[in-house]
Amino acid sequence: MKVTVTVNGSQVAAEVADRTLLVHFLREQAGLTATNVGCDTSSCGACTVLLDGQSVKSCTVLAAQADGCAVQTVEGLASGPDEMHPVQRAFRAEHALQCGFCTPGMVMATVSLLAENASPTEEEVRSALEGNLCRCTGYHNIVRAVLAAASERRPS
Amino acid sequence: MIPAPFTYQRAWSIDEALELVARGGEDAKFLAGGHSLLPLMKLRLAVPEILIDIGRLRELSYIRDDGNHIAVGALTSHHDLATSGLLASALPLLAHAAGQVGDPQVRHRGTIGGSLAHADPASDLPAVILALDATLVARGPSGSREIGAGVFFRGLFESALEPGELLTEICIPRPQPGGWSFQKFTKRAIDWAIVGVAVQGSSVALVNMGQTPLRASAVERALASGAGSADAAAHAAEGLTPSSDLNASSGYREHLARILVSRALEESVSRA
Amino acid sequence: MSILGTRVVRTEDPRLLTVGGTYVDDLRLPELAGAARVAFVRSPVAHALITGIDVSAAREAPGVIAVLTAADLTDLGPPPPDDGSGGSEAAPLPLGGPWAEPLLAVDRVRYVGEAVAIVITDDRYQCEDTAELVSVDYEPLLAVVGADAALAGSMLLFPAAESNVAVTGGAPADGAAFGGCDVVVQRTIVNQRLAPVPLEGRAAAAQWADGRLTVWVSTQNAQISRFVLAGVLGLDPGAIRVVAPDVGGGFGAKVGIDRDALVVAWAAKHVGRAMSWTETRSENLVGMTHGRAQRQVVKIGGTRDGRILAYRLEIVQDAGAYPRMGGFLPFLTRLMAAGPYDIPHVEAASSVVVTNTTPIAAYRGAGRPEATAAIERAVDLFAAEIGMDPAEVRRINLVPPGKFPYSSPCGPVYDSGAYTEALDQVLAGAGYQELRAEQALRRERGDVLQLGIGLASYVEITAADAEGGETARLVVHGDGTATVYTGSSAHGQGHHTAWAMLVEAELGIEMANVTVIHGDTDLIPTGTGTYASRSLQLGGVAVHKAAVDVKEQARLIAADMLEASEADLELDTERGAWQVRGDPASSRTWAEVARHAGDDGLAAAVNYTEGQPTFPFGTHLALVEVDTETGKARLLRHVTVDDAGTVVSPVLAEGQRHGGIAQGVAQALLEEMVYDDAGNPLTSTLVDYAAITAAELPSFELLASETPAANPLGAKGIGEAGTIGAAPATQNAVIDAVSYLGVTHIDMPATPERIWAAISGARESQ
Repeated sequence: MKVTVTVNGSQVAAEVADRTLLVHFLREQAGLTATNVGCDTSSCGACTVLLDGQSVKSCTVLAAQADGCAVQTVEGLASGPDEMHPVQRAFRAEHALQCGFCTPGMVMATVSLLAENASPTEEEVRSALEGNLCRCTGYHNIVRAVLAAASERRPS
Repeated sequence: MIPAPFTYQRAWSIDEALELVARGGEDAKFLAGGHSLLPLMKLRLAVPEILIDIGRLRELSYIRDDGNHIAVGALTSHHDLATSGLLASALPLLAHAAGQVGDPQVRHRGTIGGSLAHADPASDLPAVILALDATLVARGPSGSREIGAGVFFRGLFESALEPGELLTEICIPRPQPGGWSFQKFTKRAIDWAIVGVAVQGSSVALVNMGQTPLRASAVERALASGAGSADAAAHAAEGLTPSSDLNASSGYREHLARILVSRALEESVSRA
Repeated sequence: MSILGTRVVRTEDPRLLTVGGTYVDDLRLPELAGAARVAFVRSPVAHALITGIDVSAAREAPGVIAVLTAADLTDLGPPPPDDGSGGSEAAPLPLGGPWAEPLLAVDRVRYVGEAVAIVITDDRYQCEDTAELVSVDYEPLLAVVGADAALAGSMLLFPAAESNVAVTGGAPADGAAFGGCDVVVQRTIVNQRLAPVPLEGRAAAAQWADGRLTVWVSTQNAQISRFVLAGVLGLDPGAIRVVAPDVGGGFGAKVGIDRDALVVAWAAKHVGRAMSWTETRSENLVGMTHGRAQRQVVKIGGTRDGRILAYRLEIVQDAGAYPRMGGFLPFLTRLMAAGPYDIPHVEAASSVVVTNTTPIAAYRGAGRPEATAAIERAVDLFAAEIGMDPAEVRRINLVPPGKFPYSSPCGPVYDSGAYTEALDQVLAGAGYQELRAEQALRRERGDVLQLGIGLASYVEITAADAEGGETARLVVHGDGTATVYTGSSAHGQGHHTAWAMLVEAELGIEMANVTVIHGDTDLIPTGTGTYASRSLQLGGVAVHKAAVDVKEQARLIAADMLEASEADLELDTERGAWQVRGDPASSRTWAEVARHAGDDGLAAAVNYTEGQPTFPFGTHLALVEVDTETGKARLLRHVTVDDAGTVVSPVLAEGQRHGGIAQGVAQALLEEMVYDDAGNPLTSTLVDYAAITAAELPSFELLASETPAANPLGAKGIGEAGTIGAAPATQNAVIDAVSYLGVTHIDMPATPERIWAAISGARESQ
């Protein structure tokens, strides 16, 4: 079937098999490989993207379900090569990534969290990231980065 | 992992959904948020030949105050339930429990109707709508019918929905004044409940204590006959045969049910 | 001021954060354009004879290029000589002879997940469909699951070996050892089987073109991978290029090249088409090697005033279906059995058995966490038996400050340490006395939520193969920039940042102008890579020494340029320029000096080896809260000293500690690979394998301590320390929380049901 998705502001249209998963559409048809597949069971969150503004696990969404919708991936966050999004900046400043495989999903989950809760507590951050596994950082610096990004975004 | 091949069809109206499912017959399945079905399909534990996507039926996503009851559209997402101001004041049990389902991503996509139709005894919301004495509305080729929550769950992953029927609405009576509580016991926050308890006033329902979500009838009887929370909770596992699996033995589940019911009743009383 | 020891943010991150890493599945190279996809057909049964494989339906499926089985493996290199032995204990090599493991199952499968065939198709989706069409006839055999079944030997995995015991080692029990003890405690404990779960599973792509094989593989060691490929395929190493692109975590399970990746590389050559394989998580949880899986008997004895006099550790190592690391893991456990204590008599013995489960290999710590978990549990058992505070028992028995270097009765010489200081620092940092007071109060009140305080003091061995060394080549180019070619290999550790810091510190060339390259055997033919926490103390020192070498070369050239004596020249590392001492106007930049040196700039190559490993140490304190009604434990605080010598990058070192702690806590509370009696894995998805999430953890409290090692950077390894200390500290904390009820031990993972059962059992027996 023909699927058209607005990915990071650009229309991507392709003829794909009905069973194509959104994550594969993004990786193959849209050519955006930052979004990773880390499991088969919607457990790890590595494939998290924003679908019409809300975080979803793109391995558990059919490309067909996203037809006509807007998807944002980590590639669409920065406003320029030297202008990282506050969440990206915070992840770097706080050393919130090591191997980087979970990172795009973790960043997008964070963007979604902060859109819904601009001033989360540490406990709320930990709870909001329960669907995103990281094996490297022990989450310590990820939590710090999310809190730092939240305080940076908050008008003082 | 990817699902086995299937044909995707998209419904733009309830009537079209019913027509497509009638045409597809036994090989067709509705796809709402997909968070129960797609993982099973990827593991090839489910292999439907036709998926009818009802995700665009925006008319089935609502939370409406109908006076004596609250009407919830079947395609309302867990996230929308959890963040609804109306539910927070009218049905805090449902709002709170919806906020405990899965993780934020799952709550964005998963829907109440999908969760109920899937009829997984380990799911949170089936027990909640049992405790709330909800009525489920299903549309089929011959029109709408109402199904009481108490008779909706027939068995493991088996509901009272007939082939070709679509769950459209959950109709929940405004509870009598009283407290509520939702207790979900897991190893990790993200896990399915090993045991869960939903309490609304004197109604008590259990997650994962049998083949279906269950009313804790023995507890309710004890409460009705004037027993206190602790005494009533001692009956939590009475007559039940929960499963033994990787996460818990049946004996441990029975123990947890008694502890969690006791805690839930106490919390409910404290909120009343 | 030197950049070393300062809080530098990583150079790797902007790319990883904005466009994502380039892992194997992300490669979009011309060489891999139109690459076919590979899927494995794996055994669904734990133990069976293969009586037939029918690939005809699969071969006719759409898009199929080839379906290959062991019968097609006719063009491999000669097999390694049959040494017929149990193999070397001190090297992590697979056993040969009757224990040899085929690349694809021939006539027998020995674990669920064992590769039986591969399917090669044009695209990914066809591949999974086609794999389902391969029909294999299995004649089931009784599955051997668990140490007891293996030792009983009524069913053998390798009939020709005539035993399920592959390797034994260590000392027989000395009957007199515990003679002088007032108190002796003995207990069997389980160090459970874990899945490493790097977020990126195994993956490989390969291309055979013009007589040359290129393999992109998710590995910790490109050069070792090339060596193994050359042997298996019978190719000259020069005909093989191995590239490790970005690697999404390894944790020991990506040491060298996985057997399935070897099959992919072979198939690319055999079929003559580029192809790519990325495993699914369900495959990963049974196909990637597991870790730990030891059953231990600890016996500890001493005096009533707290002096430990004798300790014995007996290990049964479950090697899984194939002893891929021979006797190595329990060898390391025995080596570190004495822990950080000065115990007059320590002995350890081990047996390695095969079972019908996924093979065991290295996982973060690889043998050392098992040693620490054993003795830390034993020390607590001993403390409980004599009624002494476990912190006090540790203080009495830790190797005292004046005794370094300390010769352990198990063999190694602990280079440097401050063990009691680390303990006291953690006790003070955690507020140990206040915590004990709060615990007593809760017990007195009979609270449902009880506190547990757990300690673990440890010493570990890093760069155990220090004599193997590591390579570095440093080039300073005519434009003043520098390139580091390192034999070490990063998969999250931050080598690019740390190596650039080392160059900037020595040469004054800004980090931004230093490029670090690793993991490509065409560019770096010799090297070892990353495991055993060896990177900084070997690879880092190699970079440092290369920089020193370049600096000395530059001094000569600058002296020539400035017509000054070498002795009068100095390098201003703030400006990155050479000058005559006290005369900044005379300055020559690195660009000028490098150009003067010739077209190729300045270069130095180093192969740095060390005669001795190093021995990091520390103490962890875990504070848990146990719900005594449900049995659920929650970690409230985790306070640690992890002394890994001089710290080059505090940011990276802390990151290693954080990640290690989380994996240790996960072992203590949550994670276990579980098999049923028939050898079916019950935890083969991430729904069932309880990898720890942010919601189960607190922020960690890291205390600083730096006791230098003898190498030029003063550095020891830090990659595994967190895991080694955290698991026993957390386990001890859980047991401590319910010890007042009569509980003396709970095996890991201390799940709610296990804790509840221990409480119930203790109450019943009272």
